[in-house]
Amino acid sequence: MDRRVIDLWVGIFVVAGIAAFFVLALQVSNAGSFNTADSYRLIAEFNNIGGLRVQAPIKSAGVVVGRVDSIEFDNDKFVARVVMRLDKRIKLPKDTIASILTSGLLGEQYIGLDGGGDPVNLADGERLKQTQSAVVLEKLIGQFLYGKAAEGPAK
Amino acid sequence: MDSVLLRALRHIGHRVIDGVWRLGYASRFFALVLLRSGPSFRRFPLTVREIYYAGVLSLIIILVSGLFVGMVLGLQGYDTLQRFGSEEAVGTLVALSLVRELGPVVAALLFASRAGSAMTAEIGLMKATEQITALDMMAIDPIARIVGPRFWAGVISMPLLAALFSAMGIFGGYLIAVVLLGVDAGAFWSQMQASVDLQEDVMNGVIKSIVFGVAVTAIALFEGYDAPPTAEGVSGATTRTVVTSSLAVLALDFVLTAFMFRGT
Repeated sequence: MDRRVIDLWVGIFVVAGIAAFFVLALQVSNAGSFNTADSYRLIAEFNNIGGLRVQAPIKSAGVVVGRVDSIEFDNDKFVARVVMRLDKRIKLPKDTIASILTSGLLGEQYIGLDGGGDPVNLADGERLKQTQSAVVLEKLIGQFLYGKAAEGPAK
Repeated sequence: MDSVLLRALRHIGHRVIDGVWRLGYASRFFALVLLRSGPSFRRFPLTVREIYYAGVLSLIIILVSGLFVGMVLGLQGYDTLQRFGSEEAVGTLVALSLVRELGPVVAALLFASRAGSAMTAEIGLMKATEQITALDMMAIDPIARIVGPRFWAGVISMPLLAALFSAMGIFGGYLIAVVLLGVDAGAFWSQMQASVDLQEDVMNGVIKSIVFGVAVTAIALFEGYDAPPTAEGVSGATTRTVVTSSLAVLALDFVLTAFMFRGT
């Protein structure tokens, strides 16, 4: 076969392959949706993070505003230190409460941010004052049983 | 009676030593191909020609299989997920299974049977008709001239084919789930984008396909180069290429998956 035809076909093949890779990168994965360059960090400390994972979404009023950057254990306070990376355009007041919630009954866990009424906004690297830990189902059931037992035997 | 036992033992020992010997020879061959791959890039048209034979001619089978695999995943995923009322997650299911596993693995299996077998038969016949010896006589290194360009063509083609397979499969899943079964298009794409990670999933899939490309082409070329110079020898070598490289792909896939997705 002619060299030029072969070169043309190989060129088409390589372009199509690279295009497919870009489709996978931009359309299928979450690379395009959130840019780490235009973000700032907030820190929240939780007594229990449940099943929260790095890269989990952070939502405020149901809108995804950022992702969990890192999770580590604080040796002094014995709490979990969660670093959150938020979109720069999102402004939250100083008295924002962070709570760990579950999407649906069996869904993944995410951090919900509820803004308060403080006129001053949170800046990069600040720590949230109020947090609410994840609800651990086993503890909840334990409390329920304990409460039932304390009520005394059924009459 | 004693001699029967002895003969059986000798047979087993012979097979084991033979296998180890072949493995050593294959490794030496692989190292030689890597060392003498300079001409594959200096005379790039040689490699381009092989990319045409290995990659472009595999396009049809890869694209059609990708489309059908994606459509089947869409149908099966929808069937199961709609019981839980979460049929939008079918996008996630199709994309994750294709990008992580099925794309690289099925593309590599198809590549082994479409292009790998052709490489083995071609080189085996070249050897049988003493073309390789003739090249040697003319002081042209057959590994640099014949084997190298084919090796690099396979390594370059494999990730591209796997990416095309995955993209085509996701398109097939989209056709079935959104166009045919009426899943919401926005939910389909957004759930997919929310759960597929560029580095964790797409990049690991690419790494897998590169590893499979190296494995499949190296096995195909070695089997061809090592084939006994007879019609029977070449046919046996072609069969061995498909069997060995398919097994190698599946085994490597397990090892790579164990390394990449340890369930963080």
